[in-house]
Amino acid sequence: MDVELLEIRQHMGRCPPFDHIADDLLDELAGQVEVAYYKAGSDILVLDQEVHELGYIRSGAVEISRRNGDLYNRLGEGDIFGHFSLLRNRRVRFPAKALEDSLIYFIPNALFQRLCDEDEHFADFVELARPRLESAVAEQKKQNDMMITRVRKLLTRYPVMVEDTASVQEAARQLTDFQASAVLVLGKPGDAPRYTFRDSEERPWQVRGILTDSDFRKRVVAEGLSPDTPVGEVVHDGLIAIQSDESVHEAMLCMLRNNVHHLPVMHRRRPVGIVHLSDIIRYETHSSLYLVNNIFNQSSAHGIARLEPDIRAAFVRMVEDGADSRMIGSALSTIGRSISRRLLELAEEELGPPPVPYCFMAMGSMARNEQSIVTDQDNALVLDDAFDPEQHDAYFLALAKRVSDGLHACGYTYCTGDIMATNPKWRQPLAVWKQYFHDWIDNPTPERLLHSSIFFDLDVVYGENRFVEQLQDLVATEASKNPMFLAAMARNALGRTPPLGFFRTFVMEKDGKHNNTINLKRRGTAPMVDLIRVHALACGSQAQNSFARLDDIDRTQLLATGVSDKLRYALEFLAMARIRHQAIDIAKEQAPDNTIEPENVSDNERHNLKDAFQVLSNAQKFLKYRYPVPVVSKPKPNSPRSR
Amino acid sequence: MLVLRKDSRRGPTWPDYFADRAGVIQDPLLAGYFAAGCPAPETPIAEVPLVALDIETTGLDPRRAAIVSIGLVPFTLARIRLAERRYWVLKPVRELTEQSVTMHHITHSEVANAPDLAVILPELFEALAGRLAVVHYRHIERPFLDGAIKARLGEGMRFPVIDTMSLEARIHRQSLWARFRRWAGRPPVSIRLHNSRLRYGLPAYQGHHALIDALGTAELLQAQIATRYRPETPVGQLWS
Repeated sequence: MDVELLEIRQHMGRCPPFDHIADDLLDELAGQVEVAYYKAGSDILVLDQEVHELGYIRSGAVEISRRNGDLYNRLGEGDIFGHFSLLRNRRVRFPAKALEDSLIYFIPNALFQRLCDEDEHFADFVELARPRLESAVAEQKKQNDMMITRVRKLLTRYPVMVEDTASVQEAARQLTDFQASAVLVLGKPGDAPRYTFRDSEERPWQVRGILTDSDFRKRVVAEGLSPDTPVGEVVHDGLIAIQSDESVHEAMLCMLRNNVHHLPVMHRRRPVGIVHLSDIIRYETHSSLYLVNNIFNQSSAHGIARLEPDIRAAFVRMVEDGADSRMIGSALSTIGRSISRRLLELAEEELGPPPVPYCFMAMGSMARNEQSIVTDQDNALVLDDAFDPEQHDAYFLALAKRVSDGLHACGYTYCTGDIMATNPKWRQPLAVWKQYFHDWIDNPTPERLLHSSIFFDLDVVYGENRFVEQLQDLVATEASKNPMFLAAMARNALGRTPPLGFFRTFVMEKDGKHNNTINLKRRGTAPMVDLIRVHALACGSQAQNSFARLDDIDRTQLLATGVSDKLRYALEFLAMARIRHQAIDIAKEQAPDNTIEPENVSDNERHNLKDAFQVLSNAQKFLKYRYPVPVVSKPKPNSPRSR
Repeated sequence: MLVLRKDSRRGPTWPDYFADRAGVIQDPLLAGYFAAGCPAPETPIAEVPLVALDIETTGLDPRRAAIVSIGLVPFTLARIRLAERRYWVLKPVRELTEQSVTMHHITHSEVANAPDLAVILPELFEALAGRLAVVHYRHIERPFLDGAIKARLGEGMRFPVIDTMSLEARIHRQSLWARFRRWAGRPPVSIRLHNSRLRYGLPAYQGHHALIDALGTAELLQAQIATRYRPETPVGQLWS
């Protein structure tokens, strides 16, 4: 490498997508760039001009606009532009202008094409074959498989080891000194080359076996052996060990198969630690499965509330293990539902059996199985039509209050919109509920639906399933028939819009304004969920989960080919970004929230987020066009409602 | 020999000098260089092929110091063509001092196998011919090349240069504002390559490498023209 090009090479090598390309290609790139300076305000690429080069911003900032002059993107140091046009008809489709005095490196087309051919990551970045977001989600998935927790993660220290000539007394003393419960016995290399290694002084050793606390009891003390007996005479040859890159699950199976409580962990032939059964149990207690079981074992609301730290730990564990947003959302919803159920069971034990059958239902994220760690409670009671307020309501109010308070104590804060079973409006017999839904669907206005769209995600938590199922059926059959309702829902779904992207340490809005933070729920996942709901209602889907709804939408012609996949990738990426940042908050012992600060967003994440915002923005435009407000002729005296 | 004047109204110009030299010069290399010509003073800067040139030396006095390395990059106002860059480490006639070793990041072993300037002269002339040289501080490049070439070919060369440092000096040293600043006792603005670049928002490069400095000079001229002049500015107003 020419030392003189280091200035260029090092700068490019730090920025995506050049941060992944091979060294020799990067050398060539640095040697081939052309350089030009642009004064702030001057044109770099003019609409429809021919392009022969990819632009790379070495310093300064560049503004990219659309054909109609709208702001498309604002790019800073290390960003690239022009690839879109290079890959298509070689005419500039997005004009570029220097926003500040800028130094631009230009990469000739021939080299750009070679980068696309030779480097898969580069090709993905410029979206040669598939959208960048799709690649990013696929990449996350690939990492999931690799991120199954390895047993080495449970190790906290190196194993205690003694030579086989040492006395049992010496070995016991070592165990006491190191507060360990097992020691590895080393001998001269022999019959088991699998466990032969060299120590730091290059002496060869073979791990002969392991001696545990109970071995000292059974084989030494109970047998009346002298303290001077060499450990080599006590240890059983034939080591049962596990490789450090095996999964925790495999380690557990290995212990069960061999009925041992200590398992030496090897990195190739070298012992690196010992796991004990209790390490594995401690690890597993942070799993959501264990947590759910534990919820049902609690005998008081107070006991359940004490599990809050465990819920957070389980959440962080899932993120670290590389679970996707669907797995995490569903696990957290299961936990939330289990808590609600247990609270209801406990309340019934105390208040006595319910005077009439009821169903406790969840709305919003819990109903969709998309709950996050930061969530409030949205719930309601559907009562049997035999319900008589005079006689029965005191019971159900007490019931609702217990659940609501219990949930609040576990971190599911009271709903600010008062959508809770404690509100008499949302504690009604089935017939009234049916009337509510008919009202919303048949006489919709965006204003009336603004606070009730949450009721169109609903699911059973506990009690008479059939009540809620009837409501779900009603929604699925009626909603799709009413264009006015869909138009009103669509209008509400457009109330929250995504930003354009990021610029340096700011969130960039469509009008070019800058903000310091972004609420990823309000500006990303929530509007995405809203728009998927509208399509799902239009096609009569019974599904509540957004991904399941997209599956139903796919069975219709509602969306053009490929659009629903884009929505899936965008939702997955937005949801995971939100989840990852919440896990970071928890790790930093801060209260997790839905906000992210641009300076905490990695370069790659920022490109992917921008793409996801773009998908959302396009989908919102389509929504507006797809569900227009129907033209209503003046109502005639005989027909109160016209279709 | 002709006497040179900056202003064409007052005497012969650089193109006249080039034409004159091309006719009388003996050495074929030098003759070829001068035959390639020099743009007329009224040519707009945007139309002139340029070459940024930087020479690192063992000292400042051309009579005692020697050239250690030469870097150059052909360019125009629109583009700096890095692919056509040239860079030579040369064997200096005199030994390298420790100071110049650390200064130019060139080691003794690199220099030990380096060629003499005479060997690379054909390539150097080829790169320079037909292009207007751009340097930062003309009192190094011009006298050093003139002296070194005279020592090898028997005849020296003079050539027009655009000096980015004197363009900065026009603004920061000779302007009314600059004189006012001086009168007010304020320290003068630095017109060294690094500091000049920062004023135009150009990135900080590691200096004192002939090629990087040549690239840095080319970028600086682009920035100066974009900021203080126009693409139509006649080259005669910029060179010296």
